[in-house]
Amino acid sequence: MAVNVLIKGGRIIDPSQSIDEISDLLVTDGIITEIKTSIDRPRNSEVFDAQGKIVCPGFIDLHCHLREPGEEYKETIETGTAAAAAGGFTTVCAMPNTVPAMDNQSVVEYVIKKAKETAQIRVLPIGSVTIGRKGKQLSEMSELAQLGVIGFSDDGDPVEDPNIMRQALSYSAGLNLPIINHCEVSALADGASMNEGWVSNRLGLKGMPNSAEEIMVARDLSLAELTGGHIHIAHASTMGTLNLIKAAKARGIRGTCEVTPHHLTLSETLVMGPTEDSFVPLSPDAYDTNAKVNPPLRNQSDVRSMVEGLRDGTIDVIATDHAPHNQVDKMTTFQDAAFGISVLETAFGSLMTLVDNGHIDINTLIKKLTADPAKFLGMDIGSLKKGSSADITVFDPCETWIVNSQTFLSKGKNTPIEGILLKGKIKATFFKGRKIY
Amino acid sequence: MTTNEPNTRNSIRHKHILDLDELNRSDIELIFENTDSMMEVLNRGIRKVPALRGKTIITLFYESSTRTRVSFEQAGKILSADVINVSSDGSSSKKGESLYNTALTLQAMKADAVVIRHQHSGAGYFLAQQMDSTSIINAGDGMHAHPTQSLLDLYTIKKHLGTISSKKVVIVGDLLYSRVARSNLWGLTTMGANIVLCGPKTLLPQDFLDSRLRETNHPFRDIQIEENIDTALEGADVVMTLRLQSERQKAGHLPSLREYSRRFGVTSERLKIAKPNAIIMHPGPMNEGIEIESDVAHGPQSVIESQVTTGVAIRMAVLYDLITGNHSEKES
Repeated sequence: MAVNVLIKGGRIIDPSQSIDEISDLLVTDGIITEIKTSIDRPRNSEVFDAQGKIVCPGFIDLHCHLREPGEEYKETIETGTAAAAAGGFTTVCAMPNTVPAMDNQSVVEYVIKKAKETAQIRVLPIGSVTIGRKGKQLSEMSELAQLGVIGFSDDGDPVEDPNIMRQALSYSAGLNLPIINHCEVSALADGASMNEGWVSNRLGLKGMPNSAEEIMVARDLSLAELTGGHIHIAHASTMGTLNLIKAAKARGIRGTCEVTPHHLTLSETLVMGPTEDSFVPLSPDAYDTNAKVNPPLRNQSDVRSMVEGLRDGTIDVIATDHAPHNQVDKMTTFQDAAFGISVLETAFGSLMTLVDNGHIDINTLIKKLTADPAKFLGMDIGSLKKGSSADITVFDPCETWIVNSQTFLSKGKNTPIEGILLKGKIKATFFKGRKIY
Repeated sequence: MTTNEPNTRNSIRHKHILDLDELNRSDIELIFENTDSMMEVLNRGIRKVPALRGKTIITLFYESSTRTRVSFEQAGKILSADVINVSSDGSSSKKGESLYNTALTLQAMKADAVVIRHQHSGAGYFLAQQMDSTSIINAGDGMHAHPTQSLLDLYTIKKHLGTISSKKVVIVGDLLYSRVARSNLWGLTTMGANIVLCGPKTLLPQDFLDSRLRETNHPFRDIQIEENIDTALEGADVVMTLRLQSERQKAGHLPSLREYSRRFGVTSERLKIAKPNAIIMHPGPMNEGIEIESDVAHGPQSVIESQVTTGVAIRMAVLYDLITGNHSEKES
């Protein structure tokens, strides 16, 4: 099916080519063929009016949970990727903590097949590091690599055993794929449900100290140096983590990291309900289980350092850690509730607050969602270069909207920013030239 | 009939009692006045008033407790309410019914008040969120709060010392895990006490040791930390000891119970450092010989047993207030 589209009059931002100009963009047969100040509409092509809007490469998410197979009541590949498209994403990487885990060829093949049948965007699977994500025995990484997994992770859980991590980094180095680790020392974090600090003390909840994350980050960077492997730190959330990564990068260690929209924009006080002031009396809205996420929302100073890390380049990419849950997983006490936030559909609007407040510029934001994750994947995507697949996102940077989880395409309605006003709205998403949102 | 009613005045106009952070000084003083009236009822020959006749109170206990549950039950029954006790053994919680569904069920049964004890912090808040027409009383949630215990502690101090304001209150022991201590920090702060926390650093919440606590608007900025109990007890008006669970040793918080007892146990020898008329309190159940010496627990300065009687009156006052008080004007 020939897909020809002329996107007219938008501000085109493509960090991969350092383009930022008002131009027309032509898609022919699903491929980007031209960017020029004014392009006449070819016959048999549709026109999309992008005046006053920004046109950029489709976003790439290195970290999301699509829950299929096994937990289809929380999300499916179909609903998760529809949510992704609505959030401006045209490529998502699916974490392997499915049931069963993506630790062998048949499960990964199943995911690829399901994606082909039900997803309107690109789904790249991530294989598990160990069988059953149990941290004991390496998955058959080479076979998974042949199927196209983009890395390995036991996300949801850390690879606790340092020897297994050493072997995993060493083995995957030969495959030229990263190990993506969820860094959390369980002896310091077990039983904890939020960040450790004044808010956890007030609420009487066991907290995770920053050290629980940082100790394992330090370990993994050291093992990456030892083995020459590539360690990618999933959802970095503390200042200490960023300092470790910065120092490691300076020494030439293959250490990279990602940060989530929520760790860039939200702090631990959200667990107390919608209040900025952690000294006021608690209301029945306290213990908001939708603000329960792992790693936990940290304090203001960590949030500030995340934004700084985005600016100074310590943080390589923004990834959502989209973790949809069913209501029953969240309608309980804070301690019993599942960790995770449904992020895909609010990610961009949340991140735009950073642009709006002058913390980062729009080009940096787009780069961290497109060119930089593409570079991480070593794939020819995330770009509007001539000849690239026409994966394109169009958004209105000024349009405001109110988060209403009931309108989410994701099955996961678990957001801690329900009812919040965001500025910056996805207006259209094209995948291979086809308008899918 | 009406002459039989407890002589209470007014209401604090709160729908729920979940913790003491939401009560101001006049709320607490009003509860004290009403507790005086309830004490009078308790001292009558026939301890029964029709105040809550036709009202239903459900005690929902997910954690075993004798004294708190019985105290609420007795309080409700003296006020003529129908009290239904649900404990985790007898309820459907073992069959896997969620707290959410339990909340909906209890609401459908039109309970006027639910008294909940739960091993998870915030369980009472969860119920309050789900049940629009029922008052929730938190009878202990995880490590978070135990407001009626704290109210009775405050009332006990007031009765024995005449006032709480400016009194030096030393809380000794496991501050990290204690819901009683957490509620007392709010209550004592509101009532103007000078609070000193004494215990090993491993059992103090980390943020109490951080400088952020000294921020000018922090509610607990004036609380002092003192690791040396002999220093802490100097000039104390009130000594509150907390139960030390033996699990703390296994979790690495303590080298041994023996060392804890030697360093932080309240002994009659140490009590001499406090003011001569200082009172000794303990929320129970006690580990005599560990956090408190038996001679102290049952000695002349101990008010531990009177705390129990007071507990019934406090709970009568709270139940009566929430169920009959007009809270619609204050709560939207």
